Amino acid sequence: MSAEHDSELSFFRRYVFSLDHKVIGVQYTVTALCFLFFGFCLMMLMRWQLAYPGEPLPIIGSLFGEAAMPGGVMLPEFYNSLGAMHGTIMVFLGVVPILVGGFGNYVMPLQIGAADMAFPKLNMMSYWVYAAGGVVMLTGFFVPGGAANSGWTSYPPLSDIATTGQTVWLFGMVLLITSSLLGSVNFIVTIAHLRAKGLTMFRLPFFVWAQLVTAFLLLLAFPPLEAAGVMQLMDRLAGTSFFLPTGLVVSGEVQQVSGGGSPILWQHLFWFLAHPEVYVLILPAMGIVAEVIANNTRKPLWGYRAMVYSTIFLGFMSFIVWAHHMFMTGMGTTISAFFATTTMIISIPSVVILTALLISLYQASIRFTVPMLFALAFLPMFAIGGLTGLPLGLPASDIHLHDTYYVIGHFHYVVAPGTIFAIFAGVYYWFPKVTGRMMNSALGKAHFWGSFIFMNVVFMPMFWIGLAGVSRRLYDQTAYTHGEAVQDLTITSSWGAWMLGVAQIPFIINFFVSARAGKKVAENPWDSTTLEWSAPSPPPHGNFATEPVVYRGPYEYSVPDRSQDFFPQFTPSEG
Amino acid sequence: MRICGRTSISALAGMALLFCLATPGFAQGIADASGSASVADYGYGLPPDVSAHGHGIDQLISILHWFMAALFVGWGIFFVYCLIRFRQRAGHAAVAHPVKAKPAKALEIGVIAFEAVLLLGFSIPIWGSVKNDLPTEADDPLRVRVIAEQFNWNFHYAGPDGAFGRTNPEFISEATNPIGIDPGDSAGADDIVTGELNLPIERPVICEISSKDVIHSFSIPVMRIKQDAIPGMRIPVWFEARKTGTFQVACAQLCGNNHYKMLAPMVLHLPEAFADWVREASAPAEEFDEDDFED
Repeated sequence: MSAEHDSELSFFRRYVFSLDHKVIGVQYTVTALCFLFFGFCLMMLMRWQLAYPGEPLPIIGSLFGEAAMPGGVMLPEFYNSLGAMHGTIMVFLGVVPILVGGFGNYVMPLQIGAADMAFPKLNMMSYWVYAAGGVVMLTGFFVPGGAANSGWTSYPPLSDIATTGQTVWLFGMVLLITSSLLGSVNFIVTIAHLRAKGLTMFRLPFFVWAQLVTAFLLLLAFPPLEAAGVMQLMDRLAGTSFFLPTGLVVSGEVQQVSGGGSPILWQHLFWFLAHPEVYVLILPAMGIVAEVIANNTRKPLWGYRAMVYSTIFLGFMSFIVWAHHMFMTGMGTTISAFFATTTMIISIPSVVILTALLISLYQASIRFTVPMLFALAFLPMFAIGGLTGLPLGLPASDIHLHDTYYVIGHFHYVVAPGTIFAIFAGVYYWFPKVTGRMMNSALGKAHFWGSFIFMNVVFMPMFWIGLAGVSRRLYDQTAYTHGEAVQDLTITSSWGAWMLGVAQIPFIINFFVSARAGKKVAENPWDSTTLEWSAPSPPPHGNFATEPVVYRGPYEYSVPDRSQDFFPQFTPSEG
Repeated sequence: MRICGRTSISALAGMALLFCLATPGFAQGIADASGSASVADYGYGLPPDVSAHGHGIDQLISILHWFMAALFVGWGIFFVYCLIRFRQRAGHAAVAHPVKAKPAKALEIGVIAFEAVLLLGFSIPIWGSVKNDLPTEADDPLRVRVIAEQFNWNFHYAGPDGAFGRTNPEFISEATNPIGIDPGDSAGADDIVTGELNLPIERPVICEISSKDVIHSFSIPVMRIKQDAIPGMRIPVWFEARKTGTFQVACAQLCGNNHYKMLAPMVLHLPEAFADWVREASAPAEEFDEDDFED
């Protein structure tokens, strides 16, 4: 499609119902950033109740109405809604859409030298189904009984007997899953068929590999959850008993259900998705970090092939570890030993990837740019997240730690200072490609240090709270003696969360001001080697003026005997 | 490979700096052999351990954290060294292919071996003994049926006759018969149903965990035991208490609005005191009431 033709499109076709992967990528990114911020706000509210149980929320407490916070004091049902929606929004409306729909959509076709995704209309549909899913999720807050309040895991029978918000949640999930499935098919076909001439699989940037494996995980793991979601809807609306056993007695009343179902079935179907989902949350993040580290160390990634093989292996293994989330469901020694063993095995490729990224720093020439600061911080934060998975993956130590704050600390280290830092690295890194302007470095550094310090203030105390035995999802942990003993750590964590919120102000200002008034830059401001930097900033519809040809691997930095310290994939060799 | 050999050697220091804060907790016990545990007995680390098997779990948790600390500090030293030594500056350039060696074999094999030891040497045996190898009749275990509901724990004892009365949801009455014991079954006449978990020390206890409504999780932090309570299933776990005192049973699985206050007291008695408690609690209180009514 030529540029002339492009300009003839109406405003709506260009910026709203666009088929251009870049517009869709930006739509995904902006929508998902809003949801990330919204999900974070829900958590900041919950942190008040956790730190100061039963005390009215100052200033804004009266805004939430009598049904949620009478007299400014949060009710347990509202607390549970906030908890369930925080998890759902962060995972399904924030992190996955921004990593896959946002970065994947925008960067991947550019990195493989494609003019667009293989199926542009499918791509547009994927975004709009996601947006509809988001709207449906949010309407949950306005139905009687409030939004879904059975946790983001929605375990039946609790979720089967929950208020209407759960039905809304299930409809929302079906839409979000559909959106992910549409996207994943598109990604796989695009990477398989639309690579530029000369771009062999082992010349792909690591980010593209991460997106490819992620797309397979989404494609294969999500359908069981979609089926499970429909089954739970049937339980709630059509009187089936997929997840309801015979003889349920709720509040002294024998339930008139046909029975014969199993609540554990839901857990298997849910975690069969939700464990691969963990890798959906982390692989593209590792992809971003790898790009930024290669670019800012000015040398090739160390062990690129080992990283690719590890990623593929992680993808396979992620399908056979799911029941480590279910050690407490009455599992015998044999089955728990199997899942504990697969869990220990899956830690190996993660260690390989992390080690490869670390060794990439050796004999480098490290530029401490803002994206690099976030990418570097990812490494120790992800390491803490990964290491603290060990006591949870071993069933014996899990007896004490299962369903405690230790779990919360563990997976938040993976996805918050882990994945979210990778997302920030990606935003700062590709911002000049998307807008043609740089983000301000001083504001970026303020954002980084604030986030780095307060992320740790939020999540580090949780390990001690968990070791003390405090269960997760408690509206007021001081009901327990062992909870009261660590309440000061919970208060610390809450203040960390609010300060973390303050630390995002420089980012929000930077994002909007730089988009309008940032320093203008040429197409390759970071002196990078991969294909997206050969296109103009921002790239026009169709991306490349001439069809790109790839001459070499993705990270040819500091090649000896060259005047420049980078040798782009798209630059022909002399002579 | 050279660098990594160095990393794994230096990996013997500790993220200890962080985790030694928790050490008082690791070593904590109850000074007092009897009496209630108060906030002062709990801290930032593991809670007190009153069980026979808990030591193994605590030891595993402790070893794991030292291992994690060693790896983290090892990585951390290498990381910080690189950030300083290889920062961009005038006269310094990156080396494109500094290391041709294979992956950090020593480190990886070390990690694999250590994980195998943790799994085979610690986790699987502990799990097997806690969850699978239930005491036999020769060990004279005490059986307690634990029936969870929103938002209470019901503890069902067989009473002096050693036989549990039949239960049926049809007989459930929240006020008088919370677990639905069949009034027509004579075995149930001396059964005890209470909201307070009373147990003897130095005798194996088998708790059979189930739920009336939603999934709960039977968790006693000081006993290092946790088992989901799942409607439609009755799942046994066993443990043996070693210290007397009063503690708390917690719910570890989100079960509704009052999940946070679904706790029950657990009273650990000397064997004779427990026998007294059984005798008192199983006295057929209902019959007295009926007599009074007839008078």
